[in-house]
Amino acid sequence: MSYAPEVRERLETDAKEIIGRYPKPRSALLPLLHLVQSEDGYVSDDGQEFCAEMLGLSKAEVVGVATFYTMYKRKPSGEYNVGVCINALCAVMGGDQIWSELSEHAGVGHDETTEDGKITLERLECNAACDFAPVMMVNWEFFDNQTPESAKQLVDDLRAGKEVVPTRGPGRLCSFKEASRVLAGFPDGQAGDGPAASGPSLEGLKIAKANGWEAPAADGGPVNDR
Amino acid sequence: MTQLTPVLTRNWDLPNAFTVDGYGEYAAAKKALSTDPDAIIQMVKDSGLRGRGGAGFPTGMKWGFIPQNDGKPHYLVVNADESEPGTCKDIPLMMANPHSLVEGVIITAYAIRANYAFIYVRGEVLHVIRRVQAAVREAYEKGYLGSDIFGSGYDLEVVVHSGAGAYICGEETALLDSLEGYRGQPRLKPPFPAVAGLYASPTVVNNVESIASVPSIVANGADWFAGMGTEKSKGFGIFSLSGHVTRPGQYEAPLGITLRELLDMAGGIREGHELKFWTPGGSSTPIFTAEHLDVPLDFESVGAKGSMLGTRALQIFDDTTCVVRAVLRWTEFYAHESCGKCTPCREGTFWLKQVLKRLEKGQGTEDDLTTITDIADNILGRSFCALGDGATSPIHSSVKYFREEYLKHFEIGGCPFDPAASTVWGKA
Repeated sequence: MSYAPEVRERLETDAKEIIGRYPKPRSALLPLLHLVQSEDGYVSDDGQEFCAEMLGLSKAEVVGVATFYTMYKRKPSGEYNVGVCINALCAVMGGDQIWSELSEHAGVGHDETTEDGKITLERLECNAACDFAPVMMVNWEFFDNQTPESAKQLVDDLRAGKEVVPTRGPGRLCSFKEASRVLAGFPDGQAGDGPAASGPSLEGLKIAKANGWEAPAADGGPVNDR
Repeated sequence: MTQLTPVLTRNWDLPNAFTVDGYGEYAAAKKALSTDPDAIIQMVKDSGLRGRGGAGFPTGMKWGFIPQNDGKPHYLVVNADESEPGTCKDIPLMMANPHSLVEGVIITAYAIRANYAFIYVRGEVLHVIRRVQAAVREAYEKGYLGSDIFGSGYDLEVVVHSGAGAYICGEETALLDSLEGYRGQPRLKPPFPAVAGLYASPTVVNNVESIASVPSIVANGADWFAGMGTEKSKGFGIFSLSGHVTRPGQYEAPLGITLRELLDMAGGIREGHELKFWTPGGSSTPIFTAEHLDVPLDFESVGAKGSMLGTRALQIFDDTTCVVRAVLRWTEFYAHESCGKCTPCREGTFWLKQVLKRLEKGQGTEDDLTTITDIADNILGRSFCALGDGATSPIHSSVKYFREEYLKHFEIGGCPFDPAASTVWGKA
């Protein structure tokens, strides 16, 4: 099986744009694999073949790269990739309990998808939001400060098709395929949504302001140019 | 008492901080582009700025290693692959203030005579990627990127590149392989990236926070920056407090501030508990205990006490936390993220994980403590890159400070701690 002609044509247009960003074509391989996931929801056989053709590589070279990176799914996965951070800090703060309760609630384990095709669960390593622990990610959007109850509610809402909003992110949660397209370098126009920063991100600044603390002024001028 | 010095975090409370309106009109870049590139390199050298990605290498010196008039293209690559456990500064920085990074990219690329720059962002942070993409686009629209920037005749193209989930790509040569479209595995050094980096051309790889600090140095001068911090660790940095602390978050302060001072600002350890152990700069830096509360958090002082400043990722654990459990988790992480290229790291982290699992369940023996420190000794200094070295930090330091706690596990045949007590919702 291979892509239908109209799909192929659309993907080729996108692929050429991606390849055009780089001084050397092979640099486009990671974004091309994200592009394939935006079409198929995982790195399909067709998709890897397509990448190989676009870059003049063997399929083995493409597969070798695709299997190295954990964000590339090896099999069809859910509309929502739901991750729970289980690295040391989040695990201790409650991530372990969230994982075990959520996994039992959803009836699937790591890298498994619910029967309705909605949810793939994943045990995540540190996602760089430790001051918001315990952290979950859905389609790589932040869901901060979770509890076992909020995690189960989140998954129930996603399965019921209810609107779910990330804690720091866009006003609308996009699908795994839509997210993959942004990763391939095609913005979805939602960058302006959500706060610049919130919660713990602002703690230090709040304390500095309350105390009137600033970086020292440069000679004869304001602290910086704004 | 040390005071906070918000520079990079200064505008984060503006709703539009991530736009040019909320940031400013790139006055530092404009100034830089009318200055001799070598003078910019000298200014950054004079400022004393050291890499903010963990290793602390002097930034200006790194730039100075780029050969000039060599006829080859030069590249700037921003390492925005923030993945070290506990580290959570670059992600909120790019979310709230991506223009500080883009402006820093312009100044740095100009200084090293590069006309192409890449921002390699880890893929697992979608909204951050949107913000960086949008900032780059806005900079193009304003004429801050592209050709003949500010009428200086200088051209620069910037590409935002999303990673795909691999901690090892934070290692600069693995990042370069990944950016070239390969599996992200570290390269043999030398040659260093300054000589043969991206596409075998001279390349500077810098951390997000390092680059984002550059516009403030150009705007305010090297002396201004060097006036903060300590003698050899100059300037400010973002300190990230997480874990069992009353108000976790991002605290931008001069290097040399202490954890005691930061904890005072953050409301202390959560109520009813005491500090047990903490990391000064991510899981790859040996853990500290309450005896280290007054160690100045600068490169030299932390190093003198047997750890590393790293990324200033202060993960705080209180007396409810089992140190063996935390170390097991970190070890599982390293085993998962080991790229497999070299044997000490690939095999060593795998075996460390097996033995630690046994220890945590209380099924180990005292000999197992010798085994894990032996394995760690055979990884440390024998691995291809710093990932392997980092994996040994939690092992050695936890056995050093908490040997009794390891022993307790097999004395009682299990973990002496209740994991429910250490959760956010656990009873105090």
